[in-house]
Amino acid sequence: MADPMKIRAVLKGDTVDVRVLMNHPMETGQRKDGGGNLIPLHFIQEITVRLNGKAVIESQISQAVSRNPVFSFRVKGAKAGDKLQISWLDNKGDRNSTEAVIG
Amino acid sequence: MNQSRRKVLQRAGTAGALAAAGVLRPQDLLAAGWNKDAFSAKTLADALKNIGAAGAGDSKDIVIEAPQIAENGAVVPVEVTSNLPDTKSIVVLVEKNPFPLVAKFDFLEGATPFVKVNVKMGESSNVRVLAEAGGKYYSAVKEVKVTIGGCGG
Repeated sequence: MADPMKIRAVLKGDTVDVRVLMNHPMETGQRKDGGGNLIPLHFIQEITVRLNGKAVIESQISQAVSRNPVFSFRVKGAKAGDKLQISWLDNKGDRNSTEAVIG
Repeated sequence: MNQSRRKVLQRAGTAGALAAAGVLRPQDLLAAGWNKDAFSAKTLADALKNIGAAGAGDSKDIVIEAPQIAENGAVVPVEVTSNLPDTKSIVVLVEKNPFPLVAKFDFLEGATPFVKVNVKMGESSNVRVLAEAGGKYYSAVKEVKVTIGGCGG
């Protein structure tokens, strides 16, 4: 199981600024290990951002997103106490989901 | 219970346990929404075609913020805002990467068409951003020079 994500959600008026850090190697399949063998592709493919259970952003990404991906998003119509949930799915079927309460 | 029936049941039980443990994975069922054709495309034209964005017109309403010179191609920050009304999605491509398509973001009700993402760039290239608004794709581009590439190594 991958480490939980770090989510920062800052409310400005009715818009929440979201910054999320995911722990993931995001291997491109082009790098070689110490023995000269290719390290297989391993990357996050899908990301979903939900506000109070409702999907607000759905994303598909490639191995060209940097290692330990960081994203910033903005969601309108949020208020203090709302729940923000971010989840991902990678090409090996691993999943992760983290929830933050907007402060 | 005869012997062969017992074996079949045992095998079924083992397969079930493996599936539950996540060892057996129906790969085809994974990431059904992930646009494999577009992400596997090796040229910009193919990627655009597979997204359904071929022939996208230029737009000044797509704002790309990225460094002119990136010292480290492994982490190039790209920030995109679409000022096109009713923007439904933003697509980020690095034209000269081995697989140009980097990411597609769909903005559902409530989300602002804004995103910041760190991308890998193998070499100096145009960063192309598409925005889908009103059923059409629009395009903008920004050149980023890379000192040290970030894909292989």
